[in-house]
Amino acid sequence: MRYSLNEEQQLLQDSAGRLLDLRSPVSAARALRDAADENGFSRELWSEVVKLGWSGILIPEALGGADLGYVAAGIIAEQCGRTLAALPFLSTAVTAVTALLQGGTTEQRQSILPRIAAGECLVALAIDEHPRHAPERISTSAVSERNGYRLSGQKIFVLDGNASDYLIVSARLTDPGPDAGGSTALFLVESARPGVEIERTLMIDSRNVADIHLTDVRLTDEHRLSPERAGRQLLESALDAGRALLAAELLGMARECLQRTTRYLCQRKQFGRRLAEFQALQHRLAHLFCEVELAASIAQAACVAIQDNHEDLRTLVSAAKAKCGEVAMLAADEALQMHGGIGMTDELDIGLFVKRIRSANETYGDVTYHRDRVATQYGF
Amino acid sequence: MEFDDTELGHDVLEHFRSATRAWLEANCPKEMRGPASSEDQVYWGGRRAQFASDAQRAWFERMVVRGWTVPEWPREYGGAGLDVAHASILREEMSRLQCRAPLMSFGISMLGPALMRFASETQKMEHLPRIARGEIRWCQGYSEPGAGSDLASLNTCAEDRGDHFLVSGQKIWTSYADLADWIFCLVRTDPAAERHKGIGFLLIDMAGQGVSTRPIRLISGTSPFCETFFENVRVPKGNLVGSAGGGWEIAKYLLTHERESIGDMSILPPGVARLHKHAILAIGLEHGRLTDGVLRAELSRWEVDSRAFQATLQRLREQATSARGLGAFSSVLKYYGTELNKRKEDLAMSIAGVRGLRWSNQAGAADPSGDTARAWLRSKGNSIEGGTSEIQLNIIAKHLLQLPGA
Ligand SMILES: Cc1cc2nc3c(=O)[nH]c(=O)nc-3n(C[C@H](O)[C@H](O)[C@H](O)COP(=O)(O)OP(=O)(O)OC[C@H]3O[C@@H](n4cnc5c(N)ncnc54)[C@H](O)[C@@H]3O)c2cc1C
Repeated sequence: MRYSLNEEQQLLQDSAGRLLDLRSPVSAARALRDAADENGFSRELWSEVVKLGWSGILIPEALGGADLGYVAAGIIAEQCGRTLAALPFLSTAVTAVTALLQGGTTEQRQSILPRIAAGECLVALAIDEHPRHAPERISTSAVSERNGYRLSGQKIFVLDGNASDYLIVSARLTDPGPDAGGSTALFLVESARPGVEIERTLMIDSRNVADIHLTDVRLTDEHRLSPERAGRQLLESALDAGRALLAAELLGMARECLQRTTRYLCQRKQFGRRLAEFQALQHRLAHLFCEVELAASIAQAACVAIQDNHEDLRTLVSAAKAKCGEVAMLAADEALQMHGGIGMTDELDIGLFVKRIRSANETYGDVTYHRDRVATQYGF
Repeated sequence: MEFDDTELGHDVLEHFRSATRAWLEANCPKEMRGPASSEDQVYWGGRRAQFASDAQRAWFERMVVRGWTVPEWPREYGGAGLDVAHASILREEMSRLQCRAPLMSFGISMLGPALMRFASETQKMEHLPRIARGEIRWCQGYSEPGAGSDLASLNTCAEDRGDHFLVSGQKIWTSYADLADWIFCLVRTDPAAERHKGIGFLLIDMAGQGVSTRPIRLISGTSPFCETFFENVRVPKGNLVGSAGGGWEIAKYLLTHERESIGDMSILPPGVARLHKHAILAIGLEHGRLTDGVLRAELSRWEVDSRAFQATLQRLREQATSARGLGAFSSVLKYYGTELNKRKEDLAMSIAGVRGLRWSNQAGAADPSGDTARAWLRSKGNSIEGGTSEIQLNIIAKHLLQLPGA
């Protein structure tokens, strides 16, 4: 396992960074917020990065993807964090694609993945039902019927749900037919299917998130992701891919907060000196620098672990999500405090980072959720 | 992903791996596998060194012959000349079998790299092979009563007397000075020069006239370090490394290696039961969770940080160039690694409860009482030795963040 970037990966990092600086600087995120954009992201920017292979970053070349893997995806996510770029990358290109790659039937993979790669459709993961992440606690039910299932329930906090063409929905199988009753299954559902109602919710980070109401949605066997892989495992794999990428995004935001704060303290003068000359502040920045280094390493380790299907994958992913969440929130707090009054103004960008960090930290399990999962993985 | 992606390179490395594995299996005595449980199970070498057992001697001698006490050093200096990829395979295979290091010393972890970069060929040939073969045990004479964090204010003086230096002064906190044969010392060669410019890096044989040591007892009850006194000690000119005013550069470079190796300490050698294993035994589980939920949370927070730190060690070492080493990034490892180790020992005490308070005045006694407390007390020094945590933060502020006035 290598944790440092090779030359090719460094090139990707540079080109992604440059592109986002140019086409999606933080001011673009601010503009989306101010315009109360319906999608929460820019369709033009998405088409542009689709051409660069971002939508197909995990999709095999035979299905039209770029097949660059999770480490490359992590590099992009980190850069998106740095400029607060809002894109359906995490929802569609990472979590949905992971679920389809690992659990889609041949037909599902062949029909959807090329379209995702080509930027023709967006797919969102509809998992959460509770204010605190608890993906195993599912009330949404899939009742077996002749020729299929009837799906009912409510999902919340569905990333990019409002812009999606398809949803991947977790549900509990209620009928003890050939499947054990009560087990988890995933379904690929057209967003436009009768009985699906999608309601955009406004969040502090202005991203596209939706509540979804499912009322007697009729599905056939073709909608179900491969019953061969246990739904629970499949769900964890899709979520773990998302968590590792969120860790990378959080890292990008933490780095940016550190950098902006360092720059500010080097300019701002009080007591006749630049604030960066005060040791009390120097030590806080230096400590944060170390924390960011640790976050960078564990985020990278998590992406490498997924890439290599490492036996310790679950632990590494949770360690990464917990550490990067903790460090990003520290960075956000330190940035606010060390900017003084101006940090509290909406005009300065720090607030945008504070909000997105909070939101990314909550997504797919916060710091304590993942510390708890690490303990469970270790057997204590 | 391998260091060398070519098919050929891969084959060569895999061949090295299997050959190494077979050799270690045949040559590492069973007694030398598994973690050392007491100080005398670690061989430090030196003129007065004694082997604790025949197995320890055999293991040491076999490794010396292969150059594997210092695998990455060039052959002419007693090493095996392994490149990064081969050396890490050797490390992995040793750790797989839980082989102990055959030799530990400040010569290997601190002085060697500095000599390699700054010493004359004659000095390298004189000292490096003797370090590799464990013949000479070295100690570090940096700190003085008046020069701790502000190391450059040191004033042990080395007066130029033509063919030799005359050294007088006092060092303090010199770890294992009473067991060492030679000391690498920072001395003031020119009191008139700007303070960083008037410092020399001098190698001194402690068997010489005028060198004496006095052990200092620590809160952990043991005396691993000393005061070291120099009274008109004659030191040949040939023992000066670099120029008479160039010692500070060498001192700083050596410190980066020291800091890197101290930073390592929170990483347990393979085979040592992890913290949570102790916790499970001592506290017990209910529904698969430690019954003390708050301690469980602290412990898992530590595990997360530990995983992140291990990944950082690996990443930074991959990025380090062999010539320059880690540079100021060694301060990141030193700072975080030692603070992490202190947290670990604090947790170990919490897990042990009142049993952790038991004490015996003899370290490493058959009755292990006191070991937990001793390790905990000793760990408090981690963020002091090799430059304090505050000093590491200063270095990070200055060199990695480039803050003004740092
Ligand atoms: C276990 C152990 C082993 C050691 N082994 C050796 C050895 O083998 N050889 C050797 O030469 N030395 C050795 N040392 C000495 C060690 O390097 C010094 O103790 C250390 O550098 C600190 O110096 P000091 O003790 O004089 O503390 P001081 O410098 O007096 O520091 C006291 C406190 O003030 C803080 N402080 C000082 N300056 C600043 C500043 N500029 N900004 C902010 N805070 C500051 C320090 O961080 C510390 O908290 C050892 C020490 C220990 C504990």
